[in-house]
Amino acid sequence: MIETPLITLEGVSKTFGTVQVITDVTVDVRAGKVQVLLGENGAGKSTLIKMMSGVYQPDGGRILVDGIAVSLPNAHAAEKLGIATIHQELNLVESLSIAENVMMGRIPTRFGMVDRKALRSKARDALGRIGLDIDVDTLVGDLGIARQQLVEIAKALSIDARILILDEPTAALTRHETDNLFRVVAELRARGVGMLFISHHLDEIAEIGDTVVVLRDGHFVAEVSASTPQAELVGMMVGRSIDEQYPRRSSPVDTSTAVLKVTGLSAKGRFQDIGFTVHAGEVLGIAGLVGAGRTEVIRAIAGVDTYDSGTISVRGQVLKKGSVGAAIAAEIGHVPEDRKGLGLVLDASVNDNLGYATLASSARMGLPDFSGQRSRAGVIAETLRIRMLNIDQPVRLLSGGNQQKVVFGRWILAQSTVLLLDEPTRGVDVGAKVEIYELINSIAAAGGAVIVVSSELPEVLGISDRIIVMRDGRIAGEVSVSEATQDTIMTLATSDSNRSSQTDED
Amino acid sequence: MTTTVKAHKPSFKVQRFLSNNGALVGLVVLCVVLFIATPDFLTGQNILNIGIQVSTVAVLAFGMTFVIVAGGIDLSVGSVAALSSMAGGFLFTSSGVPGWLALVGGLLIGLIAGAVNGLASAYGKLPSFIATLAMLSVARGLTLVISGGRPIATSPEVSFLGSNIGAIPVPIMVLVVAAGIAWFILNRTVLGRSMFAVGGNSEAARLSGLPVKRIVVTVFALSGLFAALAGLLLAGRLDSAQPQAAVGYELDAIAAVVIGGASLSGGVGRISGTFVGALVLVVIRNGLNLLNVTSFWQQVVIGLVIALAVGFDVLRRKSRRS
Repeated sequence: MIETPLITLEGVSKTFGTVQVITDVTVDVRAGKVQVLLGENGAGKSTLIKMMSGVYQPDGGRILVDGIAVSLPNAHAAEKLGIATIHQELNLVESLSIAENVMMGRIPTRFGMVDRKALRSKARDALGRIGLDIDVDTLVGDLGIARQQLVEIAKALSIDARILILDEPTAALTRHETDNLFRVVAELRARGVGMLFISHHLDEIAEIGDTVVVLRDGHFVAEVSASTPQAELVGMMVGRSIDEQYPRRSSPVDTSTAVLKVTGLSAKGRFQDIGFTVHAGEVLGIAGLVGAGRTEVIRAIAGVDTYDSGTISVRGQVLKKGSVGAAIAAEIGHVPEDRKGLGLVLDASVNDNLGYATLASSARMGLPDFSGQRSRAGVIAETLRIRMLNIDQPVRLLSGGNQQKVVFGRWILAQSTVLLLDEPTRGVDVGAKVEIYELINSIAAAGGAVIVVSSELPEVLGISDRIIVMRDGRIAGEVSVSEATQDTIMTLATSDSNRSSQTDED
Repeated sequence: MTTTVKAHKPSFKVQRFLSNNGALVGLVVLCVVLFIATPDFLTGQNILNIGIQVSTVAVLAFGMTFVIVAGGIDLSVGSVAALSSMAGGFLFTSSGVPGWLALVGGLLIGLIAGAVNGLASAYGKLPSFIATLAMLSVARGLTLVISGGRPIATSPEVSFLGSNIGAIPVPIMVLVVAAGIAWFILNRTVLGRSMFAVGGNSEAARLSGLPVKRIVVTVFALSGLFAALAGLLLAGRLDSAQPQAAVGYELDAIAAVVIGGASLSGGVGRISGTFVGALVLVVIRNGLNLLNVTSFWQQVVIGLVIALAVGFDVLRRKSRRS
């Protein structure tokens, strides 16, 4: 009972410059099935998706739609063949209504004017097909991210998409919203839509997928059933044991020396009653779902945002609230979650970007120490092995991993001893990841204190000494790394059962 | 091995210089064409004329360069220039303040008006386009209020700014000094380097500990100060502060900065580029005057030049990025 897949990427390869990112990979999507694409960041998932949606063209191999070889020179060609992609960054105009968004480019007209009645009813039909019941005149900007996503799916289906590519659709969703999305996915599956699903949440795979294609470093590893045990999937994905992936350091934590102490930190609508201590030489992991308030806490400590009550102290000195300058003076360094949007001035040079935190402090009478900065930046770039043409190259031209090293380097140059790292390895390739872990280790080994916020559980487990788990803006629990597993963390991060029992402080 | 590398270097350097200085190449071509087209172009008197005319535009545009590099825009510079010179004149004629103090007072008024723009933009969260659009109207209105709509005579110190020392007009000397100061601020001070960071990505600058709001206020204050200087230059030339002086000059200043290669989205800009941009504008006007082209057509030509200059720049950046 072999039916032709809706779309097949057959032995495709792709090279950018001298780097081969995809080597001879075969993936197909079948009608009424959910194909999961699994791999670490940098394994080539997004490149594959972009081949399917016509953004990139493969250098080798073929693309078959309904068994017929096709070329997809652009996104429009893919769309015409019924291939739609729901990206993480949604493609909606927030200032327009749902109806207008769903019917974008196909707004019905009468006598040259917008036919509002037809517009509404067609949009309503489209929403109805995925069981979404909202007023189609609502502005998209007024919807939450989950509903926006569903609107985008409705839009894709209304242009007869048969192949739906879902790129980490659950990354920004709560558990409840995820369940809702999965209900829609199940319905679509029953109706014969083929889906390609990307997720970093391993537990979602068995829940929603039929088959899994595992990629590693741009190579096809295996295609297995979605019911394959998670440990096995991780093994295939990583291709080595966790021990190698997360280099451990041997230096002990000095629990007698509290470097960073946070007590009773609250900010309305963001987080409540956060308290913890990080000791000299310690790496504290903060786990939790997206939206649990982890980033908000980090930003408050870094002085980026202010807060309502509570105190933050570094080596016994209470930190002025809402002042990045005070945080830097207290040797705090902050690597924000969005390195392009918040971490770097992309058109400025590596040298400049490395020096921003120390620009004023190393200056004399308002004049920067140009030569000193240059030589210090040169040393940092070499120690961190930042791969670049020269130190005057704009950071825009560096790879994600090297860009991230520049943000790190800024704080190493500033001699920060308290590092707040928000998703430090997001979008960083495997090699650079290990280098970043080693960097974290060396800072801790030198007596520094490090906080790592990460949504990748293996990473949190791999590099932390202690893990606190946040849920709904509160600390849901704390686990030492020796007894923590992905399960215990996920349970703390998602369950509501012990909500009543966590008023006590630690 | 080093010798072979060196052998390649000069031509590469020249190529890069030309590609980085499209406006300069354009200016040179323009001058050559005008030199061929009319014998009046390359005369000592005309060169000094161009120098005097460019001084006002360029000084305004230097201040504008700071603002644009820092990611903002300042529509008020023309009005602030007029207000500053009028305030200077008023202080001298009606308040009996000494002439030199009236001059300093005029500069101070510009600085304050600029700082208000900066405060409205940084702390009042108004987009700088709106904040300075409001100031454009307010400053022009105040100019008319102070003067009652009539010109006011300027102090001798201000008139000196419009005179000559020997054969050299003072405005040209002021221009050279202002360019030097502007270049120094932009390239050699913490403030200047911070402007690039704020304009390139103000959130990243803030998260790196740069005092973004203070920088923005200072940048606009500097723009106001440079505008005041330009206004005083203008008043000095006419020996009077005119209520309708410098109307629309903000557009010349923006054009000069943009022709000079700055990006309106911030983070990119050079004082030398701005200077060349101002020269391009003034030389075109001067040349068209010499060729007896009406001022109506001049506006058409200037518009096209701006579009062309920026169009080329966009293409150049695109080709480099890919």
